[in-house]
Amino acid sequence: MMYSKTVMDHFRNPRNVGVIDNADGVGEVGNPLCGDIMTIYLKIDEERIADIKFQTFGCGSAIAVSSMLTEIAMGKTIAEAKQITNKDVAEALEGLPKNKLHCSNLGADALQMAIKDYEDRKAGKPRDASAEKVPHEHSHGDKCYCPYCDVELSEGADFCEACQHDLKDDH
Amino acid sequence: MTVINLDHLSSNPLLPEVKEAMIGAIRADLHNPSSQHKAGEAAAAYLDKARESVAALIHATPKEVVFTSGGTESVNHAVKGAAMANAAKGKHIVTTNIEHNAVIRSLRRLKSQGFTMTSLSVDNYGRVNPDDVANAITDQTILVSIMHSNNETGTIQPIEQIGRITRAKKVLFHTDAVDSVGVVPIDVEALGVDLMSFASNPMYGPTGVGGLYVRRGANVWPLLDGGIQENSKRAGTENLIGIIGMGVAAEAAQRDMAKRIAHLNGLKNRLLANLPAHIDEYIVNTDPEHSLPHVVSLSVQYIEGESVMLMLDDEGLAVSTRSACATGSLRASHVLLSIGLNHADAQGTLVIAFGIDNTPAHVDTFLAALQKTVKTLRDISPLYKKRAEG
Repeated sequence: MMYSKTVMDHFRNPRNVGVIDNADGVGEVGNPLCGDIMTIYLKIDEERIADIKFQTFGCGSAIAVSSMLTEIAMGKTIAEAKQITNKDVAEALEGLPKNKLHCSNLGADALQMAIKDYEDRKAGKPRDASAEKVPHEHSHGDKCYCPYCDVELSEGADFCEACQHDLKDDH
Repeated sequence: MTVINLDHLSSNPLLPEVKEAMIGAIRADLHNPSSQHKAGEAAAAYLDKARESVAALIHATPKEVVFTSGGTESVNHAVKGAAMANAAKGKHIVTTNIEHNAVIRSLRRLKSQGFTMTSLSVDNYGRVNPDDVANAITDQTILVSIMHSNNETGTIQPIEQIGRITRAKKVLFHTDAVDSVGVVPIDVEALGVDLMSFASNPMYGPTGVGGLYVRRGANVWPLLDGGIQENSKRAGTENLIGIIGMGVAAEAAQRDMAKRIAHLNGLKNRLLANLPAHIDEYIVNTDPEHSLPHVVSLSVQYIEGESVMLMLDDEGLAVSTRSACATGSLRASHVLLSIGLNHADAQGTLVIAFGIDNTPAHVDTFLAALQKTVKTLRDISPLYKKRAEG
């Protein structure tokens, strides 16, 4: 099994699954091209996350990431929650396979988007639908790996010499 | 937990008679079949017998069978060997968009050596139109490489019709028949192929052994140079124990093929007939008419295949998924995109491959587990929620 015990536990028994009706903030990241889509719903009470739920279309890792993210964020203040990164989630899951860091570790991005949605609403800004269509930026250090053979690549390489794969926009 | 194997394209168990033959061969301490003393001749007799059995299965002559280390080597040998041997005549190769990576990556290597390709598109079940093949062949074309059956959809290509075209145009024709040989009837004469790759495991023989059919007179370079084994077509002392296993598997495949096909078709039809009572909103990617008897490719909408595979694994069912997430790549399968699936549907694709060890009860267990899994995953799927909201 390529996944840690913690990943499999959160995949098999995901925490905080579902939708919050009349949520105070909603964030969605990913698209089927990448493989995974996550939606995070927030209920905020006195600048604290009173409830958090998720829905995810994706692999075992993506479901586990969403579940772990909600556990980490639950009860945190907005200020604290803003500090949560994708790396924190991966570490709490005792690591993720390297190729999965690209596609499925989107939980914190979805959370930050939901927090921004909450703050925008509070400030009376109209909901920015285009924000949801911003392509996902991978943020896991400076390193880039071939999604096919895991060989480290230079940023922007469009062909993997090691495994002969075209990589246009793939990493 | 006993595992129900519904992933026979990934691995087949060895037949009991194959195991017996291989264990006997190990105990017999067989010598090198190329040696000219009596011990060598005794070993060569085993090699000859296996070659005859494999040749009989595909209706070739024994001399036209080259033993290899498996399907991947056979494909590399056929594609690169034909290209190198005929480069002076031309550098154009015709193929399809749905070939196995062994073909795709072999062709990519050749591209870097100045060869050019025409890769043909396929219909929604993954069938190529023979007219497209005819139109793609130019006076520079030296090879047509089109798979017999596809390992992601189970769909079988119109190889006989294509073979008539390549013969008329005098172009070498290779077919990757790794998932077909030993499963469905194969006659290299009727198919009109010059080169055909196949492997032992799909016919319940050992992994690490395969074969390449090379029609007498076909001009192909060896992939491995060295000794004069395999009629100088493949150097290296033969994997005799494996080859003996493959020979026995080929005999059993020929003997039991009709019975096996009836059994496998029964399981496949049971699955397809009972599927609508268990799940909705899915796509069957396998050609209803032209397909392997044991394979069903299924795209379940709004959920992702690796999650389905992991949940079914917890229920004791081994299936394969073609989701990008499960293959180590981040990209959807080139086969599934080529047959017209969108990315989301491609992500939800399962390949169910039955074997002779499966029973109707296994189908029922799978259907019940699939129903439960699909419900669980759709309940947490934002795509399913959006669909419900229109």
